[in-house]
Amino acid sequence: MISSSTNISSRSKSDCLLSWSVHLLALMAGGLLLLVLAFLLRESWPALQHIGPAHFFSDPDWYPTEDSYGLTAMVWGTLCVTVGSLLLAAPLGILSALFCHFYAPPLLGRWYRRMVELLAGIPSVVFGFWGLVVLVPIIGRWHPPGPSLLAGILILTFMIIPTIMLVAHSSIAQVPVAYIQSATALGFSRWSLIWHVILPTTKAGLFTGILLGLARALGETMAVLMVCGNVVRTPSHLFDPIRTLTANIALEMAYALGNHRASLFASGLLLMSLVVLFVSLAEGLRHRKIYAATK
Amino acid sequence: MRPQSRTIQEDSTTAIMWAAAAMVTCPFLWLIGDLLWNGVNQLSFSFLVSAPLNAGREGGIGPILFSTLLVVGVCMAVTVPMGLGTALFLSEYTRDDHFLGRLIRGSLDVLAGVPSIIFGLFGNALFCQVFGLGFSILSGGFTLACMVLPIVIRTVEESFRAIARDQRLSAAALGLSKPTTIRAIVLPAAMPGLLVGIILGLGRAIAETAALIFTSGYVDRMPESLMDSGRTLAVHIYDLAMNVAGGNPNAYATALVLVGLLLIINCSSSWIAARWTSFNQLPA
Repeated sequence: MISSSTNISSRSKSDCLLSWSVHLLALMAGGLLLLVLAFLLRESWPALQHIGPAHFFSDPDWYPTEDSYGLTAMVWGTLCVTVGSLLLAAPLGILSALFCHFYAPPLLGRWYRRMVELLAGIPSVVFGFWGLVVLVPIIGRWHPPGPSLLAGILILTFMIIPTIMLVAHSSIAQVPVAYIQSATALGFSRWSLIWHVILPTTKAGLFTGILLGLARALGETMAVLMVCGNVVRTPSHLFDPIRTLTANIALEMAYALGNHRASLFASGLLLMSLVVLFVSLAEGLRHRKIYAATK
Repeated sequence: MRPQSRTIQEDSTTAIMWAAAAMVTCPFLWLIGDLLWNGVNQLSFSFLVSAPLNAGREGGIGPILFSTLLVVGVCMAVTVPMGLGTALFLSEYTRDDHFLGRLIRGSLDVLAGVPSIIFGLFGNALFCQVFGLGFSILSGGFTLACMVLPIVIRTVEESFRAIARDQRLSAAALGLSKPTTIRAIVLPAAMPGLLVGIILGLGRAIAETAALIFTSGYVDRMPESLMDSGRTLAVHIYDLAMNVAGGNPNAYATALVLVGLLLIINCSSSWIAARWTSFNQLPA
């Protein structure tokens, strides 16, 4: 913002050039989201027009080659795997963050955090591969067939724990030291400090982490594709194979044509709207002032 | 609360905390251990350079490493100038509360959360079909660029913002023009952050699969030009594990190479970040 040129009436040529190009690049980057949305709409338009949104939920089955476009089973699959993994990952992620701050010896806490950061960086295809060769056979021995909702939930849990833990960790780190010191001076036990001081003040931060984890679980493709079995059926119990919306896109996109292709884009549009909703909520929460002024 | 029930509560919560930490740690060690245990034997120099044979069951990953390099190279060639420009705009050319800056920042935050499969759909529609690039390294690279752009921009912007206001004020007082200020003051001071941003983007790009399977394609030959289809490491793992019976040993080795690369990337970025903070904390 600050340089002499803004105060001097004549601007040099290079100044103008840089200013213009920077504005242009920023507009392009900012417009990317709209471009993505526009293209999803454009490509799914034939499906929305010819098949109609209602058919996606009223058609009984997904046989796109026979003009049956029911997404219900896959929506249920996506919901089950997402909610299941969130139920496991949210407590584990938040407990992990608390462990790092209040329970682990400092060195161990640092190492633990580094480990979770590494976990966050492991590609989803590697998670999926490990799930396929290690986890699925174990589940299969316990309760055949093996590729199942449960396998998907377990793999996704480990993929979203880092998201939830790292956001929770940084929001706990922002709790004013004075709060913790006062609680300690009042003789709070460690758990009372967490329950009565830390959790209430970091509520918004924890919720942000959970929403971001939710968005990640919803959009995750490769890992669930590899461990869930990909049978289009509404799951009735944990050991049923399922297919999620994302896996469906990844599996069929390569050969889909016409209305089939358009309906895959429409399911992408549905996913995108859900994710945009959750991420916007999360960002809104993140930027809210959550602590009272400390001075 | 009575003292005794209080200690019981303390003890049990402590146990729960340690148990939760163990439940996260064990699968991580299991995963890494499993990759090492099954992958190290296959790993050799010839594996890294030779071509895959028999659909990847035998042979190495030479062409696949090369394609990965090309896809990520195309991605970074687009991302770095765009990311740099946008970050400059956000930190040097707008006020914090300016509506355009806020709009762009908000849209990038949402874009960062969009699932990679959506970018795959978008890239397939725009680059493969509208631009007519087909399944090619260019399409894949451009698609990845859209995906990593938000991360790079936000990291680089943070590093620009971390530069003290005094430095810009001094530059203005000396009569330096804005381009000169940026070139001589902002960029050098933010260089470590810039590198961290680029490296983070690189890591995301290398790890990606879903956005690439229908933009850069599956072909495992040595690509001859950027218009050829090329298979990246992550796609290779997916294909070996899902579509090739008996492909697991080589999938393990490829996964080990991929995780090793990411580990190097991750460590170098935290090393730069750590050096950067110690540098900035030096007394003036």
